[in-house]
Amino acid sequence: MTPFTTLSGIAAPMPLVNIDTDMIIPKQYLKTILRTGLGVALFDEMRYNPDGTEKPDFVLNQPQYRQASILVAGENFGCGSSREHAPWAIADFGIRCVISTSFADIFYNNCFKNGILPIALPEAERDLCMKDAEKGANARIEVDLAAQTITLSDGQVITFDIDPFRKHCLLNGLDDIGLTMEKAASIDAYEDAAAQSRPWV
Amino acid sequence: MSPKTLYDKIWDAHVAHEADDGTCLLYIDRHLVHEVTSPQAFEGLRMTGRKVRAPERTIAVPDHNVPTTAGRDIHIDNEESRIQVEALDRNAREFGVHYYPVSDIRQGIVHIVGPEQGWTLPGMTVVCGDSHTATHGAFGALAHGIGTSEVEHVLATQTLIQKKSKNMKVEITGSLRPGVTAKDITLSVIGATGTAGGTGYVIEYCGQAIRELSMEGRMTVCNMAIEGGARAGLIAPDEVTFAYCQGRPHAPKGAAWEAAVAWWKTLYSDADAHWDRVLTLRGEDIAPVVTWGTSPEDVLPITGTVPAPEAFTGGKVEAAKRALDYMGLTPGMKLSDIAIDTVFIGSCTNGRIEDLRAAAAILKGRKVKEGMRAMVVPGSGLVRAQAEEEGLAEIFIDAGFEWRLAGCSMCLAMNPDQLQPGERCAATSNRNFEGRQGRGGRTHLMSPAMAAAAAVTGHLTDVREMMQ
Repeated sequence: MTPFTTLSGIAAPMPLVNIDTDMIIPKQYLKTILRTGLGVALFDEMRYNPDGTEKPDFVLNQPQYRQASILVAGENFGCGSSREHAPWAIADFGIRCVISTSFADIFYNNCFKNGILPIALPEAERDLCMKDAEKGANARIEVDLAAQTITLSDGQVITFDIDPFRKHCLLNGLDDIGLTMEKAASIDAYEDAAAQSRPWV
Repeated sequence: MSPKTLYDKIWDAHVAHEADDGTCLLYIDRHLVHEVTSPQAFEGLRMTGRKVRAPERTIAVPDHNVPTTAGRDIHIDNEESRIQVEALDRNAREFGVHYYPVSDIRQGIVHIVGPEQGWTLPGMTVVCGDSHTATHGAFGALAHGIGTSEVEHVLATQTLIQKKSKNMKVEITGSLRPGVTAKDITLSVIGATGTAGGTGYVIEYCGQAIRELSMEGRMTVCNMAIEGGARAGLIAPDEVTFAYCQGRPHAPKGAAWEAAVAWWKTLYSDADAHWDRVLTLRGEDIAPVVTWGTSPEDVLPITGTVPAPEAFTGGKVEAAKRALDYMGLTPGMKLSDIAIDTVFIGSCTNGRIEDLRAAAAILKGRKVKEGMRAMVVPGSGLVRAQAEEEGLAEIFIDAGFEWRLAGCSMCLAMNPDQLQPGERCAATSNRNFEGRQGRGGRTHLMSPAMAAAAAVTGHLTDVREMMQ
């Protein structure tokens, strides 16, 4: 997994609440057996007309946001299905950080498996990020995972919380499966005990 | 010992390793797999030379993009869908997991097949690369959806890296009134909490109205826990649960059954357990409901009217404007005046035998309104066979419904069953998101009986008027 350390980039504002995984990547793109190449389909129905042409009003179609690497969004971002195609599409587009007031549980987990940093902030602080994002390409936001800070274009610093284990894995680009396999003895021991206590399972 | 919730008890019984910071390896008893969220996970195993640690605990079934018309076991027209189903076929055989291909009568929606075959049992941990894994919580099993990376993690290690969620109690007191169903309970709860109201929690549903539900109804309630944002929904197992499980192909038998039931009877929340959040609804207050917008929280009794965006606060004002525009509705309009084009009865929410019985009870001796499309997609091949045996299929067909083969179908429209732009559907599924059932399609969620009533009248209808 690509490590996440620091990020300096343009943030795109998407204030809509409850942006669901069907909006992020609709079902027709779930038929792939690959993880790559989904960036072009990110926010498909909001981004393109039925004939495939771009909707000029959509934020990521505007010249100043085409290179966005941060998304600032309304509450409950990523609600809906478990499709990891949503973070795959976000990462493939080039977005490495999503800032909101809250995230849906499965989407939040999926981000960390794909080198994306989801940051949940209190509403007032998210709103500061949103205002900065609305300034366009001149307002670069800096995110420092090790320091747990967001630095806005005017120099204002916002701190954020993150689970220490997730932070450690993201900073170092660690493979969860490899880490868990180091604990194989614990899993073996659990299985042996469970075979006695719950033999019907 | 300190008092525990049901969730605490199941959690404690499955911790294989706990780190100093509270991060746990949770052992997974059952891993359900379908064709859409697993190919990349199996490919990951192949690339790293890893094996499936516990193939005997892993159950695969294609459901999301299988067509629901005849001939699908011979050929699937859509090339991408075919490749995905073939990939599952290959992966299931190569890695030696349990498998129900489309040609098997036991094939169906993974969340219907698991309980039906006795794979899902009380006190288990159950995961699947699908958010509606919450369904299995109806058995008092800790069940939730995971992403594809976690699918690979479970395949390789039979564990998940987890931190514990908070405990939320949702109590439905008293009894439901006639015409009110499990679907109305679960939608009403989401209406009360919002789609983010359960985020960070595992919900336990309890109270008399929940106890009075069948296993089918309980599965409907837990199925939509994810729509309220919860990690999982749970219902404590009882005699109804045990009766459902007993005799299923993979349920324990003989002495093992007795031992299992003895443990299952300890799976309840202690009277003085701590709850981080409590919500109580009166069963008598719940009405048949429908959704009007593009989020499952946009729910109102069928007797209501389309709300104005100004009735909301914060970001929901803009969201409601957008939803009304997308849905083509005007504030103040009576919900029962909304005309529909299509009816879809099925899905992991409402594709079980009891759902088909409820819809058929309304449709008996009646016809689908002329010009409308109506389809029933049973949740599994066995549900379909039982419905045929009970004469339900005949009622649906006589009424003018299409009688399909099992699968997810129009719930998410990955197969050919889709809405056209602007087409409006009365659906028994679980999501009314923009584009969910097809680009530009408009979805109203409701119970099977309500969907059947709408099929007859051609508009959203209070099913109670047809029960008199």
